[in-house]
Amino acid sequence: MGAGHSLHHPGSSVVHRLPAHVKIVVTFLLVLAVVATPREAFWIFGEHLGLLVGIWVAARLPVASIAVRSLIEAPFVVLAVLLPFAAAGPRVEWLGLSLSYDGLLAGWNILVKGTLGVLISVTLGMTTPVRDLLSGLGRLRVPGMVTTIATLMVRYLEVIVAEARRMRLARVARGHDPRFLWQIGPTVRGVGTLFLRSYERGERVHLAMLARGYTGAMPVTDDAGATRRTWARALVPAVVAVLGAATGYALT
Amino acid sequence: MSAPSLEVTGLAYAYPDGHQALYGVDLRISRGERVALLGPNGAGKTTLVLHLNGVHRAGAGHVAVGGLPVEKRNLQEIRRRVGVVFQDPDDQLFMPTVADDVAFGPANFGVTGPALDSRVRGALDAVGMAEHADRSPMHLSGGQRRRVALATVLACDPEILVLDEPSSNLDPVARRELAEVLVGLDRTMLMVTHDLPYALQLCDRAVVLDAGVVVADGPIRELLADDEFLRRHRLELPFGFRVPDA
Repeated sequence: MGAGHSLHHPGSSVVHRLPAHVKIVVTFLLVLAVVATPREAFWIFGEHLGLLVGIWVAARLPVASIAVRSLIEAPFVVLAVLLPFAAAGPRVEWLGLSLSYDGLLAGWNILVKGTLGVLISVTLGMTTPVRDLLSGLGRLRVPGMVTTIATLMVRYLEVIVAEARRMRLARVARGHDPRFLWQIGPTVRGVGTLFLRSYERGERVHLAMLARGYTGAMPVTDDAGATRRTWARALVPAVVAVLGAATGYALT
Repeated sequence: MSAPSLEVTGLAYAYPDGHQALYGVDLRISRGERVALLGPNGAGKTTLVLHLNGVHRAGAGHVAVGGLPVEKRNLQEIRRRVGVVFQDPDDQLFMPTVADDVAFGPANFGVTGPALDSRVRGALDAVGMAEHADRSPMHLSGGQRRRVALATVLACDPEILVLDEPSSNLDPVARRELAEVLVGLDRTMLMVTHDLPYALQLCDRAVVLDAGVVVADGPIRELLADDEFLRRHRLELPFGFRVPDA
């Protein structure tokens, strides 16, 4: 549950040391390139994956940790696997199964782009502490209100999860043992209570922030700039990926 | 003679729903004093505290901190001068790391660069939490969180520290450690608490608030020794506790 703490994989590699805002831009470009690659350009996706593997090697990230963190994608994989069965259009026979041709392509499209997108984001998350991500967003002129909300979310997610766990424990301790859908009532009411409590906590947090001179804008406390050289080196994988996507268009 | 750290005269306040919380409160705290603010639940203690840093605006009366009146145009400076440590550290600590959180206050008041770093270090040193600067507040114990919350306010270099129930939810050791830190700070303090032995340990003077008025203001030792007075204002020493002889 430790948002940000379980994701980050501490290290001191070239990738870890890059300023966060540079990594955010590169990540964004990589994801764009992956999404823009035509789904029929199969081998281009291989090239994207090769790039990513190169980054992992440079960052010395263990593949097992990347895999565990990528499990978040699982529900989408289910959808992608169902599509070839459910979609309409011309069908192909495979191992005695009748599969939709369009469904297969759509499923592949979701699967490959989703997986690469998750892997790219996980790479960013593993090499960059949440705090740096947020200040990096700030440097990229993302409105202060947005980064403030993100900062507070990161911090209070754990508080709220801990509170939810205590409330559940208190229900279980009094014999609540939901097994069927119609026994879900107390749990739902618990969610309502949790919402109210979180709302009230929000008011107290705001009050405590005001008491320390908060006027609506987060003060900028760190200043890690990036040189042209850093940008030039960091953008190499993004440029390669964009060129790959463009090649994909040219060939299909 | 410099202005007192805190001067409250004839402060009255009613909540928007009409509930009158304070009926003319007078309170004067000199520089360097440690004062306990005692009183039963609902006496108006928290309401009074929220007047000190201008979150509530006085219905009638006057509040001044270090001679500066609490008014809209002074609000930012007033909030620097009044350091409120709230009861639940989770309400106070909201940044991803301890150091970021301690820097939040002084950065709001315009401190930057090396000066900000030294403020953060100084405040964390004062509460003995320097080695935890880069950790998440979520991963600290209750006592450590309380001390970090104190540091976030100390970093603003306040004229007066206001502590809301500083000893709540602390185990006896953390409670004692916090007391040692507080005594070592040598600052003007107003401590709101139900923990009477703790108030006795830390403060020489107590102000008792009941139903929105100050019903007593004097040496804490004498007040706590007066059983009849305590009973009248719903105050009670813990079982077996006697005010030790001076």
